[in-house]
Amino acid sequence: MSKLNVEKIRKDFPILSRKIDGKQLVYLDNAATSQKPKVVIDALTEYYQGYNANIHRGIHTLAEEATDAYESVRETVRAFIDAGHTHEIIFTSGTTEAINLVAHSWGNANILPGDEIVLTAMEHHSNLIPWQRLAAERSAKLVFIPITEDGQLDMAEAKKLISDKTKIVAVTQMSNVFGTITPIKELADLAHARGAVILVDGAQGVPHVKTSVRELDIDFLAFSMHKMLGPTGVGILYGKTDLLNAMPPFQSGGHMITTVTRDKATWAELPWKFEAGTRNIADVIASGKAIEYLSALGMDNVREHEIEITKYALDKLSELGDITIFGPKDATLRGGVIAFNVDAIHAHDIGQICADAAIAVRAGHHCCQPLMRDLNVMGTARASFYIYNTREEVDLLFEALKEADKVLGHVAVR
Amino acid sequence: MSLSDDLYRETILDHYHNPRNHGAIEHPTAQVEGVNPLCGDELTLYLSVKDGKIEDVKLTAKGCSINTASGSMMSELLLGKSVDEANEIVDLFKRMMLDKTEEVELPEDLEDLEALRGVKKYPVRIKCALLPWNTMLEGLGNALKSPAP
Repeated sequence: MSKLNVEKIRKDFPILSRKIDGKQLVYLDNAATSQKPKVVIDALTEYYQGYNANIHRGIHTLAEEATDAYESVRETVRAFIDAGHTHEIIFTSGTTEAINLVAHSWGNANILPGDEIVLTAMEHHSNLIPWQRLAAERSAKLVFIPITEDGQLDMAEAKKLISDKTKIVAVTQMSNVFGTITPIKELADLAHARGAVILVDGAQGVPHVKTSVRELDIDFLAFSMHKMLGPTGVGILYGKTDLLNAMPPFQSGGHMITTVTRDKATWAELPWKFEAGTRNIADVIASGKAIEYLSALGMDNVREHEIEITKYALDKLSELGDITIFGPKDATLRGGVIAFNVDAIHAHDIGQICADAAIAVRAGHHCCQPLMRDLNVMGTARASFYIYNTREEVDLLFEALKEADKVLGHVAVR
Repeated sequence: MSLSDDLYRETILDHYHNPRNHGAIEHPTAQVEGVNPLCGDELTLYLSVKDGKIEDVKLTAKGCSINTASGSMMSELLLGKSVDEANEIVDLFKRMMLDKTEEVELPEDLEDLEALRGVKKYPVRIKCALLPWNTMLEGLGNALKSPAP
C-alpha cells in the first residue's frame, strides 16, 4: 500500500464532504481540474483580507508583503520542478497561455518556411492549435508522431520523424485521454541531437509525476496549477535562461519594461519581461500552498498511490464485459486517467447516469478531436484519479456503469 | 424515482432502442447534416417533399439516447404532414423545450413528445433533443427552394 493516508487527506478538502441529492460526491474528474485543500482556499482569503496590494514598486507595507509572497512562490515552483534559476519560472494564466507564449514569441523568431514542428497524435488542442497557427503563418510543416495500438508513442517512428528539418518537438508528458506517460528524456535527446528544442505540455504530467526539468533536459515546460490542488488562472512556463533571453516579449505593457520613452522601450530582465500587466497575485500565492501540500506528501508517494488505484480500476472496470478501455493496460506506464466506452452507449449518456449517482466523470472528445477520429469514436467517458480517491469510489463507478449498460446497452449497431 | 428513471423514461428508451424511419432516401428532395460540435452528435436528415407534403423522411444518427429518440419521434410525427404543419409542430416543440417562462401545452396528437419535456431539467442536454428539429427546419427550407423535378 502507498504511504498516503487517504482518509486524512480527504479531511483537508472541504468539497469532498458535499452530498448531491443525498448521495456522497464521488469526484473522478481530476484530469479536468483537481479539488483544492483548505490551506489553498484560506491563502486566498488571507491575501485579500490581510495584504491585498499590487506587487513591485509599492513603497508600503502591504505592497512589500504581497511582492514577497508572490516572488517566493517562484522559488517554490523552481524547487518543485528542479529548475536551475527562479528567473526561469514565468507565471502565466495557464498551460494554454504558456504554450501560446512560446509558439508566438519563440516561434516567430525561430521558425522559417519549410521548417518542421513535431507533435504527437495525442496532443490536447492546447498543444496543437497554437502550432497549427504558427505553421500556417510561417509556412512550416506539422509532423505527428503516431501512437501504437495501446496508446503509446511509436518511438521507432519518432526517431525517423525528428530530423534536421525539425525546429521544435512539442509533446505531452501524459496523455489526457490514454494516461500514457511519454519518454520525455528520450525525446529531448532526439530533439537536441538534431539541434531542435523540446517543449513539454506538463498539464497532466506535472501534477502526478515527479518532474525534474534538468534531469529530463527540457527546454520549455508548461503546466497549470488548477490541476494540482491550486486555484484556476495560474500556469507556469519554465524555459531555459538562454532561450528566454533570446525571445522577444509576448504581451507588452506595464511591469515588463526597464525604461520607456514616447517612441520606444527596453525590456525588463527575466522573468518580468514575460509578465506584462498586473498578474494573478492572489492565485499565484495560493498556488505556492498547493505545491507545498504536494511536496509534503511526496511526489513519489502520490505516484505510488495513483498506480495502485489505476491498477485496481483497470482490473475492476474490465469485469464489465462490454467495456472498451483505451490506453496502456499496464498501470506503471500510465497516469490515473482512464478513458472508456461501455458497449455502444454515447459518452454523454454514461456521464448522465454517473451524475445521477453523484459521480463526476467527464464525457466527450476531451479536447482531442483528431485523436477521437483516429480511434473512430465520437467521444469517450473518462474517469481520472488523484490523491484523495479510494477503491470504494472505483466500486461505485463500476456499479453506475453496470446500471448504464443495463438501461442503455445492447443496442444493435446502427 | 431517480433522475435517470425520469430522463430515460420508457418512451425515450423505446425510440432509442428501435428508432423509427432510420436509414436514407435514395433521391431525397433535401438532405441536411446536423452536428453538435460540443458533444459530437451527428445526424443526416433525408426528406422527400412533394406538392408541399412530406412524403418520406429518414434519419441516420450517431448520437446519444436523447438525440436518437428525439429524431425518431420527430420523424414519426412529421411523416405525411404538410410543410406548413411540420413547421408549426417544430416551432411548438422548440418552444416547449426552450420557453422558461411558461409551460407550453401540447395537443393530444403530439403527446409522445411529453417524454422529452423531462430533458428541460438538464440544460446541457436540451441541445441534444433539439438537433434533429433544427436540422428539420433547415431541411424544410431547402426542400421548398428546390422542388422535386
